[in-house]
Amino acid sequence: MRKPVIMPPSDDKRWKIVDGTMRRHGYEPHALIEVLHTVQETFGFLSEDALTYVSASLQVPCSKVYGVATFYHYFAMSPPGKHTCVVCTGTACHIKGSATLLEAVEQIAGIKQGETTKDGNLSLVTARCLGSCGLAPAVVFDGQVTGKITAEIIEQRVRTFLDRDLERELIAVEA
Amino acid sequence: MNQDDLAIIASESKRDDKLYDHVIKVCVAAGCLSANSEQVKTQLESELKQRGLETCCKVKGVGCMGLCNAGPLVAADANDRMFQSVTPYDAAAIIDNVVDEKPAPPAIVMDSKIDFFTRQKKIVLENCGEIDPERIEDYIAADGYHALFNVITMFKPQGVISQVTRSGLRGRGGAGFPTGLKWTTVAKASGNRKYVICNADEGDPGAFMDRSVLESDPHRVLEGMATAAYAVGADRGFIYCRAEYPLAVKRLRVAIRQAEKLGLLGLNIGDTHFDFRVEVRLGAGAFVCGEETALIASIDGGRGTPKPRPPFPAQQGLWDAPTLINNVETFANIPPIIRKGGEWFASIGTEKSKGTKVFALAGRIKNTGLIEVPMGMTLREIIFKLGGGIPEKRRFKAVQTGGPSGGCVPEQHLDIPVDYDSLASVGSIMGSGGMIVMDETSCMVDVAKFFMDFCMSESCGKCVPCRVGTTQMHSILERITQGQARPKDLELLQRLTGMVKAASLCGLGQTAPNPTLTTLRYFMDEYRAHIEEGRCPAGICHPVPARVEVCA
Repeated sequence: MRKPVIMPPSDDKRWKIVDGTMRRHGYEPHALIEVLHTVQETFGFLSEDALTYVSASLQVPCSKVYGVATFYHYFAMSPPGKHTCVVCTGTACHIKGSATLLEAVEQIAGIKQGETTKDGNLSLVTARCLGSCGLAPAVVFDGQVTGKITAEIIEQRVRTFLDRDLERELIAVEA
Repeated sequence: MNQDDLAIIASESKRDDKLYDHVIKVCVAAGCLSANSEQVKTQLESELKQRGLETCCKVKGVGCMGLCNAGPLVAADANDRMFQSVTPYDAAAIIDNVVDEKPAPPAIVMDSKIDFFTRQKKIVLENCGEIDPERIEDYIAADGYHALFNVITMFKPQGVISQVTRSGLRGRGGAGFPTGLKWTTVAKASGNRKYVICNADEGDPGAFMDRSVLESDPHRVLEGMATAAYAVGADRGFIYCRAEYPLAVKRLRVAIRQAEKLGLLGLNIGDTHFDFRVEVRLGAGAFVCGEETALIASIDGGRGTPKPRPPFPAQQGLWDAPTLINNVETFANIPPIIRKGGEWFASIGTEKSKGTKVFALAGRIKNTGLIEVPMGMTLREIIFKLGGGIPEKRRFKAVQTGGPSGGCVPEQHLDIPVDYDSLASVGSIMGSGGMIVMDETSCMVDVAKFFMDFCMSESCGKCVPCRVGTTQMHSILERITQGQARPKDLELLQRLTGMVKAASLCGLGQTAPNPTLTTLRYFMDEYRAHIEEGRCPAGICHPVPARVEVCA
C-alpha cells in the first residue's frame, strides 16, 4: 500500500472519511472516481483544495484529476444551494412536458439550470434520466423523488424553497 | 458452505413463510418508494400488531411488481389480491380484506387478471415482486445459488459455455452479440488474470429495466456473474453502476456482503478452489461509459473515452487483461439457463432471438412500468394489450425503442415482431429495452432534436465526426423547429447523418443519427410543415419563419 505524502488541507474531521476511502483502495490511482464520489458526498462539491489533496494522495497529476472531475456530469465544482430541485429531462419526462416544468422554475427562481440563487437557497439542476419513467414527469426535491409532477406542484414547492418566511412557517406547522 | 447447507437455508426460509396464513407484499422498489410505499408498509405492520395478528399475517417488502403508474402496489395470497395507489390510510381496509374477507374500497382494488400481467412471461423478473431483495435466504429459497453450486461442483468451464451457447442468448445491452461466443473468446484468451464486468450503467433515458432488476433481485446478477467467472476463468469482478441509482447500489452492496458471509462469493466458494470477489464501482453520469472500452477507462479512474477496437476487451480489456463485459439482464438470464438447460431457453422466442426481453414502457401509454415478454411478440400487442393503449382517446403516433441510439417506429410497422433483426429492418434497434410511446401531441422533429441534444452533450469529444457532427445536426434541427431552416438544410442533414454514422469511433456516434434518420424516413411531412409552412403539426414548436430582409 502506498502512503499519502501530504496532510489534509484543513483539520476538518470530514477528511477522515475521504482518507478512509483512499485507504480502502490502497491509494491506487484507479480509485480516483470512487474517491471523488466520497468527497462530493461528504462536502457537497469538489473544491480546489480537495482536488489538490486527492491528486497528491493518489499520485495522479492535477491535470488528470481536474480532467476527470469535469468530464463527469455528476460531479459539482461549486457548492450546492440549501435546497436542490432536480428536474428529470429523460425521454419519458420530455414527452410528458418536463421542458415546461423547467421553464416554470427558471422563471420563478430567476436562475437557469445548473445555477444557484444569489442567496444560496436553491440550486436548479437537470438530470438525464432518473429511471422513474413510469412516474413521468419526475422531479427530485431535496433528494426525494416525486413523480407525476404538474406545473402547480413544482411552482408551489419551489416557492416554499425560495421564501424563507414560508419555510419557517411550514417547519413550525410540522413541529 | 456446501449444497446441503444451501438446501437447509432454502427449506428453513420456506418453512418460515408457511407459518403465516397470509403474506402481504409491499413493493419497495424506487418507483413505489417515491410514492410512499415505505409508510404503507410500516402502517400495515403496526395495524397488524394492534390487532394481534402478527402471528398469522406477515408484511414483506418486495421488489418491483411492474405496473409503476399504479403504485404503491400491494399484493397478497399468491397475487390473487392486488391493491393499487395505496396510502397508509388504506392499511386497515387491506387487512380487513385479506384476513376477514371484507370487501376493499373499489378505488384501491386492482384486477390481477388484466393483460398487463397475464400476457407476460417472466424469466429475468421471476423473483421481482416475490422475494425480499435484502434477504439472501429469500433468494436461496427461490432456487437461488443452486445453479452456481451445480456449475462449480459438476461442470467443466467448457460445459457451462456450451449451455450458454446452446441457449442462443444474445447480449441484452442492445447490440445483441451472442453471449456464448463472447464467453468462448474470453475463456480462450491467454492471461493469468481475467475480469468479469457487469455493465449497469443504464444511461439510456427512458430505460429502467436494469435498475429494477438490481433493486428487486440483486443476487441473481451476482450468481450470473460468478457463473461467468467460473466459465471464463476470472477471479475478480466489477459492477459498474450509475451513481444516479443509489437504492440499486445500496442493495447490491448488501447482497455482496450477505453472499460473502455465506461463502457464496469470495475465496474457496462452496469449498472448491474457485475464488470470485465482486466490487461495485460507481459511474458518474456519462452516457458514453456504457460503451465497453469507455467503461473500462472509467473503472480505471480516468475520463470515459472509448478506444478503437480491436483489440476487443475480450482479449485486452481492464488493465490489459481479457475482460468479459455483459449487461445486467444478460447475467440475470444465466442462472435459469443453467438450472433448466440451454435447450429450454432456446425453445422460447424467435429463430434468431431467443428467450424473453424486459421492456420499460413509458410515455403516452396507459400502463407504464416494466414488462417481460417472449421475443417475437408484436409491438402492437405490447402497446395496446399489455400497455393498455393510449390514454385520453388520442391517436398513436410512434414508439421509440433503443433510446438515443434507436429509432421511432410508426404505426405502419406496429405488426413487426419484436426481435433484434426485425427492429433493425425498420431502422431502429432493440436497445436495452426502453420503449417510449408517443401520441399526436408529440412533435417528431422536436423528438429528433431532443435526442440529438442528448448525443451532442454526451459525446466525449474524442473523435471529430461525433463531436462536431452531432453539434451541426443539432443546430440544423433547431433551425427547423424555429422555422429558420435554410433551403438546403434537409439535404445537409441527410448527408451529415451518413457521415457521422460511418466515421465515428464508437457506438455513441455511429448510432446517434438513428432517431433523426427514422423521423426523416417516416415523418417527412412534419419536417416539411415546419420548413415550408412555418407550422408545427403537434403544436410543440413555435416556428417563426425567417423574414427576408430587403435592402433599401
